[in-house]
Amino acid sequence: MELLVASAIGAMTAGGIYLMLRLRTFPVILGIAMLTYAVNVFLFASGRLTVGSAPVLREGVTNYADPLPQALALTAIVISFGMTAVVVMIALGSYLGSNDDHVNDPAEPDAEDRT
Amino acid sequence: MSLFLIVALPFLGALLPGLMNSAGRAACAGVTFTITLIAFVGLLTNLPAVLAGELVTAGVPWLPGLGLNVTFMLDGLGFFFACLILGIGLLIITYARYYLAREDNMGEFFTYLLLFQGAMVGIVMSDNILLLLIFWELTSLSSFLLIGYWKHLPAGRQGARMALAVTGMGGLAMIGGMMILGNIVGSFELSVILQNKELIQASPLYLPALILILLGCFTKSAQFPFHFWLPHAMAAPTPVSAYLHSATMVKAGIFLMARMWSVLSGTPEWFILVTSAGLITMVLGAVIALFKHDLKALLAFSTVSHLGLITMLLGTGTAFGAMAAMFHILNHATFKAALFMAAGIVDHETKTRDIRILGGLRTLMPITFAITTLGALSMAGIPLLNGFLSKEMMLEEANRTALFNAPWLVPALATIGSLFSAAYCFRLIGHTFLGPVRESYPAKPHDPSIGLWGPPALLMIPVIAIGIAPFLAEPFVKLVTASVLGGEAEVPKAYFKIWHGLVPALYMSIVAVVGGLLLMIIYKPLQAGWDAVPRPEAKTIFDALVRAITSAARGFTHGLHNGAFTRYGAIFTLAVVGAGYYAYASGTVLPTTRAMSPIEIVPAAGWAMLVAATIGLMLLHRNRLMSLIMVSIVGLIVSVGFVYFSAPDLAMTQLTVDVVTLVLLLLALNFLPNRTPVESSAVLRLRDGAVAAIGGLAATAMAYHYLMRDAVETPISAFHVANSYKGGGGTNVVNVILVDFRGFDTYGEIIVLGIAALLIYALTETLLNGPVRARLLNRKPDQARAGDMHPMMMVVLTRVMMPVVLMVGFYIFLRGHNEPGGGFIAGLVVSIAVVMQYMASGLAWANARIRYPYHGVIGTGVLVAGLCGIGSWLVAKPFMTTDFTYVRIPPFNEFELATALVFDLGVFLTVVGAVMLSLESFSRLARRAHVPDTDYPMDIDPSRDDPPEPPAPQPNLKEGV
Repeated sequence: MELLVASAIGAMTAGGIYLMLRLRTFPVILGIAMLTYAVNVFLFASGRLTVGSAPVLREGVTNYADPLPQALALTAIVISFGMTAVVVMIALGSYLGSNDDHVNDPAEPDAEDRT
Repeated sequence: MSLFLIVALPFLGALLPGLMNSAGRAACAGVTFTITLIAFVGLLTNLPAVLAGELVTAGVPWLPGLGLNVTFMLDGLGFFFACLILGIGLLIITYARYYLAREDNMGEFFTYLLLFQGAMVGIVMSDNILLLLIFWELTSLSSFLLIGYWKHLPAGRQGARMALAVTGMGGLAMIGGMMILGNIVGSFELSVILQNKELIQASPLYLPALILILLGCFTKSAQFPFHFWLPHAMAAPTPVSAYLHSATMVKAGIFLMARMWSVLSGTPEWFILVTSAGLITMVLGAVIALFKHDLKALLAFSTVSHLGLITMLLGTGTAFGAMAAMFHILNHATFKAALFMAAGIVDHETKTRDIRILGGLRTLMPITFAITTLGALSMAGIPLLNGFLSKEMMLEEANRTALFNAPWLVPALATIGSLFSAAYCFRLIGHTFLGPVRESYPAKPHDPSIGLWGPPALLMIPVIAIGIAPFLAEPFVKLVTASVLGGEAEVPKAYFKIWHGLVPALYMSIVAVVGGLLLMIIYKPLQAGWDAVPRPEAKTIFDALVRAITSAARGFTHGLHNGAFTRYGAIFTLAVVGAGYYAYASGTVLPTTRAMSPIEIVPAAGWAMLVAATIGLMLLHRNRLMSLIMVSIVGLIVSVGFVYFSAPDLAMTQLTVDVVTLVLLLLALNFLPNRTPVESSAVLRLRDGAVAAIGGLAATAMAYHYLMRDAVETPISAFHVANSYKGGGGTNVVNVILVDFRGFDTYGEIIVLGIAALLIYALTETLLNGPVRARLLNRKPDQARAGDMHPMMMVVLTRVMMPVVLMVGFYIFLRGHNEPGGGFIAGLVVSIAVVMQYMASGLAWANARIRYPYHGVIGTGVLVAGLCGIGSWLVAKPFMTTDFTYVRIPPFNEFELATALVFDLGVFLTVVGAVMLSLESFSRLARRAHVPDTDYPMDIDPSRDDPPEPPAPQPNLKEGV
């Protein structure tokens, strides 16, 4: 099972990085979203894997899943929504303003012109 | 008065002139004068202690761990310099009051001046060398502001920049030197450092420390080869030149050499470095000064020359040399400040400082003439004026000094320097004031009011008094010398008197004065010869150097940062993987301690779906809608995975967040192109694929490594599980952590979320108020719109579901403390319920029914959570302490009331507000000009008697959401 989770994290990371290296804003945003999944799962997995014992206290149960990574991952998930929304807004603003959704800056004008 | 107060007064007072600006110029200058006067009087109250040879100290620890403490000390040397700074400061403030023109901002000027004054007083009184460095940098900064005070003059701006670059760089070198010194001794307190001469000079790091510290001193005191900035700083208003560039700031380097004299001097390195730099500066400055036509430039180079003289005296390393140096600092400060002020008067009244078009001012400006003559003659070393005495001592010391085994070298150069010095002094008097009265000057010259000539005239009192009765200055100079020597050597017995007999110094003096007069006689051909010889211009070299450095830096930066963000991303990924691998390879790898749990069929199927969706995403990402679906599959599997691995709270959060994210991305896709074109070559895609594979493998390896081992230290989680019910009153440990154990974290996080939403709102507003607005309003959708965009079935369904969903949200919220749920999840669920109304009936309809703006909801949420935390103060508990109790209200069963619930309510409100504000902002972009807002919940409504006008022309181009 550990191998499945680890390789799933790896797959999501790889997909995220590949999309992040694309040239247009939309795939880059999706790439960041994929990386967010990978990171959140990784954070969560730092509590090690436990099946069938949620950290909700029950009479007579002594072994629980690690609650702390869950709490941290929970806020991370919510925050990542805020972050995605901001990035999308920036991408949208730049596209609507210039009719261009390239990620990279256009080729550098002559260096002296910038000063 | 406490030393703290003396140092702090100018800084505190610096606030006042700016405030007094509107009260008039007199008030502005008056308050500055008063502050300086109080500090000066406060300084004088310490005089008895200093005279008694005591060391006045004051200190509090500031950052003791770094060795940085606010400790001040006042000995003879510090007192002497503080006296100069504050005393001459008083004169300068008076002078500036009358010098500055009506259009100059006087409050700004005096604020800078007080800042500078405070920094200078701080330097001379600091006991801690780190504190001293802070003040040192402050003088560089405040002098930058003062030199560039006339911002409209390019010369002023360039001069200020050059001064800052040179002295700032020297300051950096000095920080290094001081650090080394502090490390050698093991203390950053001057009083300790000054006791450890042997230790410092025996250290192998003595030479680097010495060179670095001297770099700081030489740049500040304009010693060769850093002398070039001082003449350019003359673009400053004259009061600044008189204050900074004659009496105070340029003496800071000298002060530090004197302060460190007792531990650093006496070695061959010190002798060669300091003496030769001083000698060269002295001769060079004097020669250049003779040929300058600008009054202030002449004085600037003469200052350079005299600073060189003092440096040379400190370099000899003898007690007599140190005493002569101290005496000359005193004399130079008096006559040079007066001369600068007099030059300022000439400039002020005749509107020119060019000696070539002046002359004959003797009868027109008799008072100024008298002051300048006295000052210049003193500078030239004419008997019965104070400059003569210290110059004699200098020549005597030079006569005894043999540099590079050549006993004639130092005396000869000193005589040549004095000769040129005498010559430029005679030129200053002769070419400005003597000679025939000219027919016209740029302005009609006359003596100014007493406000301008009073301060320099006052300075003539010590010039003459010490000149005639040198014994007046003797006890004080010897006291200062004693603190320079610091017990390393005896204070010389020499008497201060005019006539020492027919000693070599007297002959040298005579040669200098007579030679100076001769030079004046042959001045015309000399000047012609000087003008004919090509000389390197320091400013050109400096500018070229700066330009070369900046263009090299720009080339380097642009080479790395070429705007290709994808390339940065690739480099970043590889760098992170490389660093991680290095850490893994160089660290200790512990054996696996956990057994792999068996792979079951259902999780394996989920894994296969996730991997397939990821691969599909990479292959199909050009179809943007399809890629969104793929990402959603991944999200769904992640949520299911959370359920499987005992994290119900995470699963619920992930699922609801995914829903709102999807809505958001669909809204965005509404405006963006729906396909990504093929742009990168196959090679580039292969490169990206390889980078992605490396990153993915690294993540897999790290996660696997992690999962197969137990934590190295016992995790804190056991505490949370044990105390969740006992201390937090909840059985859902995750929720108790969020709202109780780590409530402060959560508080910060909801604030971040709120800020993100407000940012989106602000960006939307900017877009809608900018040039994009017209484009948005007239945009043609790229796809056919549904004819019935607010379908009846959806409207009815969402209305029916609304109360149900709200109830579910309420339930999830309430049970959160004990069962999976809580404010975050409830907030997301309720948001989805509201979003559905927007989707069903459109933005205009829904917004018309929103009673509370979302900004307010966010604010209320943060406020509620914050007040809940503050509430614990009322019962004298730390911020965010929680409490709970069990109550029974018939007919209900006993239930729990926890303050954490109030906090969770804040979380809930913030999440609802933030999610709704973000989504609502996006949908506002979608409004278009030709689609009228409708107040009806649905387009086709059988129960309505008056169906709205059908938007006939474009029945199939209507608005979504």
